[in-house]
Amino acid sequence: MAEILRFATAGSVDDGKSTLIGRLLYDTKTIFQDQMDAVEKASENLGTEGPNLALLTDGLRAEREQGITIDVAYRYFATPKRKFIIADTPGHIQYTRNMVTGASTADLAIVLLDARNGVVEQSKRHAFLASLLRIPHLVLAVNKMDLVDFSEEQFNKVADEFREFATRLDIADLTFIPVSALMGDNVVDRSENTPWYDGPTLLTHLEQVHIASDRNMIDVRFPVQYVLRPQSEEYHDFRGFAGTVAGGVMKPGDEVMVLPSGFTSRINTIETMDGPVDEAFAPMAVTVTLEDEIDISRGDMLCRPNNSPDVTQDLDAMVCWMTADEKFAPRMKLAIKHTTRNARVMVKDIQYRLDINTLHRDESSEVLELNEIGRVTLRSTQPLFVDEYRRNRTTGSFILIDEHTNTTVGAGMILGVAE
Amino acid sequence: MSYELSHLRELEAESIHIFREVASEFERPALMFSGGKDSIVMLRLAEKAFYPCKIPFPVLHVDTGHNFPEVIEFRDRRLAEVGARLIVGSVQERIDSGQLKEEPGANPSRNQLQTPVLLESIEEYEFDALFGGARRDEEKARAKERVYSFRDDFGQWDPKNQRPELWSLYNGRIRKGEHIRVFPISNWTELDIWQYIEAEKVEIPQIYYSHQREVVERDGMLIATGPFNTLGENEKAFTETVRYRTIGCMTVTGAVESDADTIDKVIAEVAGTRITERGATRADDRVSEAAMEDRKKEGYF
Repeated sequence: MAEILRFATAGSVDDGKSTLIGRLLYDTKTIFQDQMDAVEKASENLGTEGPNLALLTDGLRAEREQGITIDVAYRYFATPKRKFIIADTPGHIQYTRNMVTGASTADLAIVLLDARNGVVEQSKRHAFLASLLRIPHLVLAVNKMDLVDFSEEQFNKVADEFREFATRLDIADLTFIPVSALMGDNVVDRSENTPWYDGPTLLTHLEQVHIASDRNMIDVRFPVQYVLRPQSEEYHDFRGFAGTVAGGVMKPGDEVMVLPSGFTSRINTIETMDGPVDEAFAPMAVTVTLEDEIDISRGDMLCRPNNSPDVTQDLDAMVCWMTADEKFAPRMKLAIKHTTRNARVMVKDIQYRLDINTLHRDESSEVLELNEIGRVTLRSTQPLFVDEYRRNRTTGSFILIDEHTNTTVGAGMILGVAE
Repeated sequence: MSYELSHLRELEAESIHIFREVASEFERPALMFSGGKDSIVMLRLAEKAFYPCKIPFPVLHVDTGHNFPEVIEFRDRRLAEVGARLIVGSVQERIDSGQLKEEPGANPSRNQLQTPVLLESIEEYEFDALFGGARRDEEKARAKERVYSFRDDFGQWDPKNQRPELWSLYNGRIRKGEHIRVFPISNWTELDIWQYIEAEKVEIPQIYYSHQREVVERDGMLIATGPFNTLGENEKAFTETVRYRTIGCMTVTGAVESDADTIDKVIAEVAGTRITERGATRADDRVSEAAMEDRKKEGYF
């Protein structure tokens, strides 16, 4: 059966991102007739010529009025090969937080480039954020090829320009595709206008890109989410530790260590309502029972005795600051949520603020403002069980919450233990 | 051995994770249940999340009083099997007591009246988290909603001021009086729901399958006749072979002509259809292009 590919799209206001998504949905016959009718009606009202495919995705009234996308929207389509979840993120400078949000769960990102303009500041920013969020696969859709006469030379020029910039980023898999979202060239159907291009269409690439090996299947990490203790006759002595596997492969009989206590035991069974399973791996949601009775509660973590995460109160991390209400600054105290563990942190230091346009490190920065990203150190009230974000996106990530407004104000990616 | 999950298993795991997270971090969650296929799938997912324990929260039904009898019968039987406690918020009771007023005209929709009853139930039972079966593929405003959707003291949704939601780290912090609407099946599509019902052999009310029913054609939809439906002068009832794609009030939910009397046939029909389920069968969503956005802001599901 089909697996799921989650991808994020990013682009500037005018480089046709909404049109590209509209095209993917339209040409894969995901758009329903009543949705198409509504778009045609709205296009007429706006006085545009022909159906404006961008209107398929611009959902909220304010967006339709302003002609921009203001928040992350999720779209769905499927082909016989895969189910796709699109995190459609806006491209404006003030919405970095939305791009980070959309990218956090993505297996792949599509960054749009305008074939006429090449690599502009905004495309660099999007590519950088994709690499920061460790999206394993990046697709550069060189759009509006119809406006440069489907010129191979222009396509190569844009691609070379991007490749040069990308050497400064850490991107595992880079793919360039010449498209016209407006006309449909190389989006779903192969274009006759680009005989010089022998790569896949965008959809073919999305269907074929190999994602199974992107997940960490080596380091066993099982954050305990909920303890199941049925008080029934049938399950009198049952004590199950429910959670979602964050890494590695777990099997009955495996020796495990519990953090923070350090006690060891063996996995007795791995339970689901459909019956016990022989193994569990990310992102399965299961219930583990152990051979020994050990006191375990939510927020604890199971790992292997010889392969454990760092147990630390001192975090070295990249943080994206997401509020205009206050600035991220040393001595500030925040709530932190990391896997299933809640604690408080204090900001120790801002090592540098990263200019996401130039990648310049500004070491003189004393605060982070809305949509700014910096390398920081934090001290937590309790030990956290962490991995480097590049090794595990679940045990390497956290959110910061303002304790007064209760809103999520920061996203963090762990680099390691702070000295 | 390849470590891949099918799309249904991955969706299921994500939903179970959300159920467990809410049960851990909130004091008084409840599961909103309508008897429709999405809430039935939700109930199954909740069972799976806490097996072998019982579901650790009650089920809330906001009852418009205009139900399909088959659905109420199904609700009571299924909840007894699961062993879940049922709480009913009744629109009819509040109309009878004069707290709410029926909309004017023949065959009024009670859709709008659900919102005050829901908000009242939330206050009465001090629910701090409510599971809903909304999916992001249903409608454009829903496409932008978070899995944890924050609601203020008035139950309002503020689309421009939503909390960022990253990875699978959900922020459930609220003050007293506020609550979170939680949508564990946000990432499922209508087709996923049907495929899951098939794969899991989930029982659903018979009206989802093709059957003979007396209907009347109204606003281009086939509306069931019955005690809540007053026929207009020029309206004529006739018997048709139909099924339902969604289940809401009897007065506003349209049936579609269909011979699909098995789950396989329903899936084939859904996979081949060209009209969204809400566009086809819900008069309540047709009012304006931004109908759902407006209702959600006021505290609708």
